[in-house]
Amino acid sequence: MSNETDPGLGGGHNSRAMTEADLKHAYYQMVLIRRFEERSGQLYGMGLIGGFCHLYIGQEAVVVGIQMELRQGDKIITSYRDHGQMLAAGMDPRGVMAELTGREGGYSHGKGGSMHMFSSEKHFYGGHGIVGAQVSLGIGLAFANKYRGTDEVSVTYYGEGASNQGQVYESFNLAALHKLPCLFVLENNRYGMGTSVERASASKALWRNGEPWGIPGMYVDGMDVQAVRAAAAEAVAHCRAGKGPVLLEVDTYRYRGHSMSDPAKYRQRSEVDEIRKTQDPIDRVRRELLAMGVEENELKAMDEQVKAVVTDAAAFAQTSPEPDPSELWTDILVES
Amino acid sequence: MATEILMPALSPTMKEGKVARWLRKPGDAIAAGDVIAEIETDKATMEVEAVDEGRLGQILVPEGTENVAVNTPIAVLLAEGEDASAMPAAAPTAAAKPAVAQPSCAPSVAAPTAAPVAPQPEKDWGETTEITVREALRDAMAAELARDEDVFLIGEEVAQYQGAYKVSQGLLDQFGEKRVIDTPITEQGFTGMAIGAALTGLRPIVEFMTMNFAMQAIDQIINSAAKTRYMSGGQMSCPIVFRGPNGAAARVGAQHSQCYASWYGHVPGLKVVAPWSAADAKGLLRAAIRDPNPVVFLENEILYGQRFPCPVDEDFILPIGKAKVEREGHDVTIVTFSIMVGVALEAAAKLAEQGIEAEVINLRTIRPLDTRTVVDSVKKTSRLVTVEEGWPFAGIGAEVAMQVIEHAFDYLDAPPVRVAGADVPMPFAANLEKLALPNTDWIINAVRQVV
Repeated sequence: MSNETDPGLGGGHNSRAMTEADLKHAYYQMVLIRRFEERSGQLYGMGLIGGFCHLYIGQEAVVVGIQMELRQGDKIITSYRDHGQMLAAGMDPRGVMAELTGREGGYSHGKGGSMHMFSSEKHFYGGHGIVGAQVSLGIGLAFANKYRGTDEVSVTYYGEGASNQGQVYESFNLAALHKLPCLFVLENNRYGMGTSVERASASKALWRNGEPWGIPGMYVDGMDVQAVRAAAAEAVAHCRAGKGPVLLEVDTYRYRGHSMSDPAKYRQRSEVDEIRKTQDPIDRVRRELLAMGVEENELKAMDEQVKAVVTDAAAFAQTSPEPDPSELWTDILVES
Repeated sequence: MATEILMPALSPTMKEGKVARWLRKPGDAIAAGDVIAEIETDKATMEVEAVDEGRLGQILVPEGTENVAVNTPIAVLLAEGEDASAMPAAAPTAAAKPAVAQPSCAPSVAAPTAAPVAPQPEKDWGETTEITVREALRDAMAAELARDEDVFLIGEEVAQYQGAYKVSQGLLDQFGEKRVIDTPITEQGFTGMAIGAALTGLRPIVEFMTMNFAMQAIDQIINSAAKTRYMSGGQMSCPIVFRGPNGAAARVGAQHSQCYASWYGHVPGLKVVAPWSAADAKGLLRAAIRDPNPVVFLENEILYGQRFPCPVDEDFILPIGKAKVEREGHDVTIVTFSIMVGVALEAAAKLAEQGIEAEVINLRTIRPLDTRTVVDSVKKTSRLVTVEEGWPFAGIGAEVAMQVIEHAFDYLDAPPVRVAGADVPMPFAANLEKLALPNTDWIINAVRQVV
C-alpha cells in the first residue's frame, strides 16, 4: 500500500479472475480461520490454552489466496503464527485446536503446542518458533523437490520482522544459486512484535530485498484475496517451471497483538479500527460475492457451517484427554 | 491373587536395611506408583513404590524393624475382591516371588531404561589393512553414497577443492555435482537447507570445515534437527549427519580449538559420535549415515593422517552406542574418547611398567552413552579416571563420573578423578598450548591419585 511502483513479474497479478465458486471457497476458508482464531483467543482467556498463542486474525486472505494455487505435494513451512496456514492447508481443525490445548488429539499429541505443529500428510513442515529459521528450512524443502526431480514448489512464509535476520539472505543466495523452486512469502503485517516496519527496516520496499541475487520480487495487497491468488498463480508458475525462487511481499495487517500477552502500546486502537472498517479481507469478499448475485442466506449458511466446525473443534480440544504420561518419553529418536 | 511386597535393595551391595515407616495401612487402596513405605540403610533413605495396584493386606514387618534382609516379604498386596484369607503364609517361602515393589526417588513417570543386554563381544570382521582416518571417512561416505541415492554430501569446499582437509577426496568425480555439493560460506543457510531436505526424507551429510563453524548453525542443529521429531509427535524425522573436525588441532588459537562433545551430548534428539581409530571412523560414519536420526559426528584433525588397521570387509559397520575396551586391566578404569584414547593407551603402557594395569575404554559414542561398559569395568577395577581434551566444567568426564556414582557407587574405592583440557580459551603460543592439553603425565598422575 505504501509502494510507489507496481513491480510484478508480468504485471498480471491484479486481475480479478476468481469464479464465483472459487470466491465462495475463499470466503469459507477465511471465515473458518477467523472464527477459529477468535475461539482460540477465547479458550486462551479461559486458561485452556497456555503459553504463547499468536493469532492470524486480519491476515486470512494471504494464506487462502496462496493455497488456492498449490497442489498436492507442494510443501509449506511458516513461523509460529501458523494456525491459518494449517487450516488453509486442509489440516483438521480438531487436531489443530486440540494441539493448542495440549491434548492427545492434537497433531503433535500435545507435545508441540500452538507454535509447533506438522502434517506429513498435508506436507506442512511447521510451525517454527525461532524467527527466520524456517526460511533456511524452507529452501531445504525446495532443494529436496529439485533433488528428486519433481516440479513441486515449496512455500516459505515469514514476516517482515524475520526479514531482518541474516539467514534469510543466506537462504536467498542459496535459493538463487541453485535455482530452487521456493516461493518466499513475506507477510508484512507491519509490526515485528511491537516494532513497526518503519523502525526496523532501512529497506522501504521489502519485495525488492531479493534483487541482489536476481530474485524476482512482487508486491500485492494482502487484504484482497483475489489479488493474492493472482500473484500466487504467477509466482508459483515461475517456481514450478524451474526458473528459481520468487519473493512475494504481501501487505497485510494483524488486528490482534503479537501474542495473547501483547500490551498493544505501540499503536493506536484507532489504527486497528480504521483498517478493520475499511480494508477487512472478509468483508471485501462478502461484498464481492453479493455483487455477483450470491444470496445473503447462502453466506449465512456458510457462516453457520463454519461455526459448527469451530464449535466441534473447541469441544474436541476440551474433551480430548491430556497425553498419557508415557508420551513424555516417546518420539525423541526414531528407534531402529 | 495376593502378592508379596519384598524388601527392596537400594544398591547392589545392600544386604539388609530398616523398614523406617509405613505410609499406608492395611485396607488402603493402592495404585501403581504410590509410595507405600520408606526404608533406610546407613547410606540413604528411599521410598518404596507400589508396582501393582490393589489393597494393602497385612503388614508383615512393622515400622522401626532393623536388619530386614533384602527380598524378605514385608507386606501383602491383595487383588480387588480378595480378603486376608487369600494371604500367603506370613513366613517367607523358598519360592518367594520377585520383588513387586521398587525403591524410587525418581519422578512418578521415569525414563524408560533400555533392557539390560549382556555385552556382546565385538564382531570379528576378519582381515584388516592399515589406512588413515581420512581414508576411512572417505571410504565410509563413498560406500554410503553408492548404497543410497538419497545420501548427499554438502559443505564448504567438499567438491572441487576435494575437502578442506581432503576428507572428500575423489567423491565429486565418483558421484557428480548433484551428490557432492559445494556451498558458499554460509553455515546457517546450508545447515538449515540440509535439515529441511532431511525432513522430507533425504539423507544429507553436512561437512563443517571445523565444528567451531557449526556454532553459526547450532540453532538449526538443536532447534530444527534435534527437536522436530518430538515437536511433531513423531510425524517427522531428520536423518542427517553433521560432521567435521572437533577440538584442538595445533596452533590454531582459541576460536578453532574447542571440543563440542559436551555441548551436543547435552541434547535429547541428537546422537553424538566421536571416533578415534580408522575402524571407528569408517564403521561409525557408515552407521551414522544410515541412522534415521540426526547424528553429530566429531572428528579430529590431528587423527586424520594417523594409520590404524581397519577391516577390509565391504559390509564393515559398527553400532552407535557401544563403547570399546581398547585395553583390559584390573587396577583402574580410564574412560576417554577421540584423540585422547591414544594418549590414554600410552599412559596405560607406562603405568604397566610400574605394575598398574589400567583398563582403557574408548567411548566411541557420547550420546547415547554406553554406561553399561563403563560400569562393568568400574565394578571390576573400583577406580575411575576420565580423560578428555575439552574443558572440565560440565564436561563428558563429569557425566561419566555421575553415571558411575549412580550405578556403581558402592564399588568405588576412591573418588573419581577427571583429566581435562585447561579451563582457558586455547592459547596460541606453543608452550602455552602444550600446557592446556592433557598428556600422558597428566593421566599417569591422575591414576596415581586413585590407585
